[in-house]
Amino acid sequence: MNTETLEEMAAKERAAASEIPVRLNVCASTSCLSRGADELTKTLNKQLRTAKQTKQCKVRSVGCMGLCAKGPMVEIECPAKPADDPESRQLLRGVTVEDADELLEHAMSGRKFERLDWPTDTPFFTRQHRIVLENSGLIDPERIEDYIARGGYAGLVKALTEYTPSQVIDEVARSGLRGRGGGGFPTGIKWATVAKSDGDRKYVICNADEGDPGAFMDRSVLDSDPHRVLEGMITAGYAVGASHAYIYVRGEYPLAILRLKRAINQAKRIGVLGTNLCDTPFAFDVEIRLGAGAFVCGEETALIASIEGRRGTPRPRPPYPASYGLWGKPTLINNVETFANIPWIMRHGGDALAAIGTERSKGTKVFALAGTIVNNGLIEVPMGITLREIVEEIGEGVPDGKAFKAVQTGGPSGGCIPAEHLDMPVDYESLVKAGSIMGSGGMVVMDETSNMVDVARFFMEFCKDESCGKCIPCRVGTSVMLDLLEKLCKKEAAPRDLELLKELCDVVRSTSLCGLGQTAPNPVLSTLRYFEDEYESALQPADEHGYALPVLQHT
Amino acid sequence: MARQKVPPTQALTLTIDDQTVTAKPGQTVMDVASEHGIDIPHLCYLDGLSIWGACRLCVVEVEGQRRLFSACSTEVAEGMVVSTDSPRLRHYRKVIVEMLFAERNHICAVCVSNGHCELQAMAQRLGVDHIHIPYLNPQLSVDSSHDRFRLDHHRCIVCTRCVRVCAEVEGASTKGMAGRGIMARIINDLNEPWGDSQTCTSCGKCVHVCPTGALVEKGTAAAEMQKRRQFLPYLTVMRDNNHD
Amino acid sequence: MTDASPTPTDAGPKKVTVATVWLDGCSGCHMSFLDIDERLIDLAQHIELVYSPIVDVKHPPAGTNLGLIEGAISNEEDAHKARMMREACGFLISLGDCAVTGNVPSMRNVFELGTVIDRAFRETADLQPQTPTVGVPPLLPKVMPVHEVVPVDLHLPGCPPPADAIYEVLSELIAGRTPDPLRLSRFGR
Repeated sequence: MNTETLEEMAAKERAAASEIPVRLNVCASTSCLSRGADELTKTLNKQLRTAKQTKQCKVRSVGCMGLCAKGPMVEIECPAKPADDPESRQLLRGVTVEDADELLEHAMSGRKFERLDWPTDTPFFTRQHRIVLENSGLIDPERIEDYIARGGYAGLVKALTEYTPSQVIDEVARSGLRGRGGGGFPTGIKWATVAKSDGDRKYVICNADEGDPGAFMDRSVLDSDPHRVLEGMITAGYAVGASHAYIYVRGEYPLAILRLKRAINQAKRIGVLGTNLCDTPFAFDVEIRLGAGAFVCGEETALIASIEGRRGTPRPRPPYPASYGLWGKPTLINNVETFANIPWIMRHGGDALAAIGTERSKGTKVFALAGTIVNNGLIEVPMGITLREIVEEIGEGVPDGKAFKAVQTGGPSGGCIPAEHLDMPVDYESLVKAGSIMGSGGMVVMDETSNMVDVARFFMEFCKDESCGKCIPCRVGTSVMLDLLEKLCKKEAAPRDLELLKELCDVVRSTSLCGLGQTAPNPVLSTLRYFEDEYESALQPADEHGYALPVLQHT
Repeated sequence: MARQKVPPTQALTLTIDDQTVTAKPGQTVMDVASEHGIDIPHLCYLDGLSIWGACRLCVVEVEGQRRLFSACSTEVAEGMVVSTDSPRLRHYRKVIVEMLFAERNHICAVCVSNGHCELQAMAQRLGVDHIHIPYLNPQLSVDSSHDRFRLDHHRCIVCTRCVRVCAEVEGASTKGMAGRGIMARIINDLNEPWGDSQTCTSCGKCVHVCPTGALVEKGTAAAEMQKRRQFLPYLTVMRDNNHD
Repeated sequence: MTDASPTPTDAGPKKVTVATVWLDGCSGCHMSFLDIDERLIDLAQHIELVYSPIVDVKHPPAGTNLGLIEGAISNEEDAHKARMMREACGFLISLGDCAVTGNVPSMRNVFELGTVIDRAFRETADLQPQTPTVGVPPLLPKVMPVHEVVPVDLHLPGCPPPADAIYEVLSELIAGRTPDPLRLSRFGR
């Protein structure tokens, strides 16, 4: 494989595409599939065959288009028309099997399908900045040719043929990219540390054990553009000197697993995975490992234990995986979205990414917009955008005329941000200052009907269920805190219960072994910070020591 | 984690509780502190077994670092300034011990290990005179199926010393873990009655490393179960020597 | 519910008034109190026992200096008495493991209350297998240590706390010092 062959493949693919007058791009990502996109594709294909129009119109399965709650999404594309012609593409929402005839009729005649039209000049589309999702919804995730036609693997070939490993690391460092899994550790520094670590073998691990409630960024990237993640991993392997990699995907993502498997086979076939890549001595192999549904296995040391075949529990750090990781060897662990940024950085240069975002948070971030918001779905926005722009413009606000109350970011490790902080820029530091975290990108919007004590209870129940049980503060602390929050929700708690809850938040946060326990109190702390009145009003009448006044049960 | 072997000539200087001490690279804060007469509270750590880092009692403050570090797992570094005792650490340790008492049903008065229990002694040492966390009162089981030993989950603190000694010293790997979070339990083989175990050699090491009355010899009455674990450092030292 | 405070019988220095109560426990802590032996005579110079299982007074008088509670809170009467003690006494001590931790009485907590009652009064009864309701206070769903019901100022663990520990705690308090109860006792001692 070299640049010429890659360009040849891309040109061939583009030429083949332009020969077809009309393409129907049907979303084949998890949420649209769950709404019947698969059946729709089959019906469309069948009708085209019956009408003998397969030469004039082609149905393609593509990745996520973002508006997940309005699916199945279909795009009518006329590759023959120039790309800047607004009539070259039309986006349709909620297309069902019953709409197939009408859809084909409009597609073939070139008339606009007004009934199911979804305008793309709205802020939901125009305010986004797509890097990680640049191919999402545009390519067939199961065809490597589609990926290559859009510049795929060009960054890798460039890195392997024109850059030394340390130049690749410099490029990543210059981009200012920070870990997208939640921690926000500078990716360049992490790569450099692994590269410098001494070891006869090194490993690269892609953390695809996405487990935050309401978060589906990584799943969508893997569903829609699996090669992108592979390319990032191979580039990382070259940079840090690793020859073997694992993708740790949760077993609940069967579609992502299937597409990754296909992507790995295709990458081996064209020679971007295997031995002597790009005629260099560099060899790289990727294996998939399935998670069995434990949230804690998203913690890097627990994830490593799980790959090694042991019980998925974390261990104290240091030593960090960068020096003592998988099988005791130096190991680079990055999240799906972090790897998905790498091909773009290699193609456009680190400075191009550094030009986007804020002083300390560069590039873009993918968010899964969920909860009580008009536009539920997947978005990618530049760092530094305000929460208000995300919620009110991109998300188009809270439905049914209700008032916005808070947005929860960072999953069970994060916190709730109230309306008065909506003008805060979205970057790592600002979110921490507001009592939440960037996290992996879950964003759950809540309206005025949400009870914040109950929100804290929900996340605490999640943490209690997902605690591995290894360290005492997390194992016992989450259980006791959940009991206290349940008592509060039932309005049976006394002021001293609230005091104990606050005390345990501090102990669990400061003494827990891993991030799960250390951040488990965050939903309580942030709701206490902004909505303490809701806690206070749930309390029973009490004496001056905080003990509930006795109630005579038997008279 | 195996201890690294390093040339004996290298030495590091660090400060523990205002004492300037020297240490070999690869030593842990716990090792160095105990060499200098500082006994950092711990329950899951046991000399001779691998580091587990789970009880969190040995957390210490390191100057310049916001988070706390477990002394058993943290290797010393040149110029490190460690504080093993402070009001904050004392408070955390106390609450952690209280959590253990609240978690399961530790009724000291009727326990065979009464008076010989590390949890009980730790409570006394750390000033735990009552448990201000509500008791969880879980309903647990007792496995008396083994001829000589008994596993009483009511008294288990899930320190996994038994799991580690069984795998690392005896080599039988009979003991393991099942369940997660508050449901985590010590099991025998694939969660079978101990008496049915095909792998257990009945060596009794698990019983003697157990800090509480969770693993005991049968036929002991209240306060009669004394643990003997002098064998452990001896065994591991002799094995290490034979490897050299 | 407040009786008049008994007036000191001699004209010595004002004595510390002490109330003790026996809730769900075995009375062993009171026995241990008596095991102070001949030092009791010395102690009697400083304290006045105003309410106790061995004093025929129905309520602890208001303004009592020191209250000692033996036993866990197992039924509504226990909870009522604990509150009564808290109200009357300036300084309240949980005496012994039952009061401090729930101890043996709390061993029923792993079962549902109904199961426990059925087992005790129906399944194992030869005569009249019925749940008693006359003349007995209703049991609480869970046995609790005293500090779950009222604030406690000092916890003296032990089953029972050794006589020496009780003596030391009392004499230190009488002398106006803060005793360290864990110096001489611990859970299960």
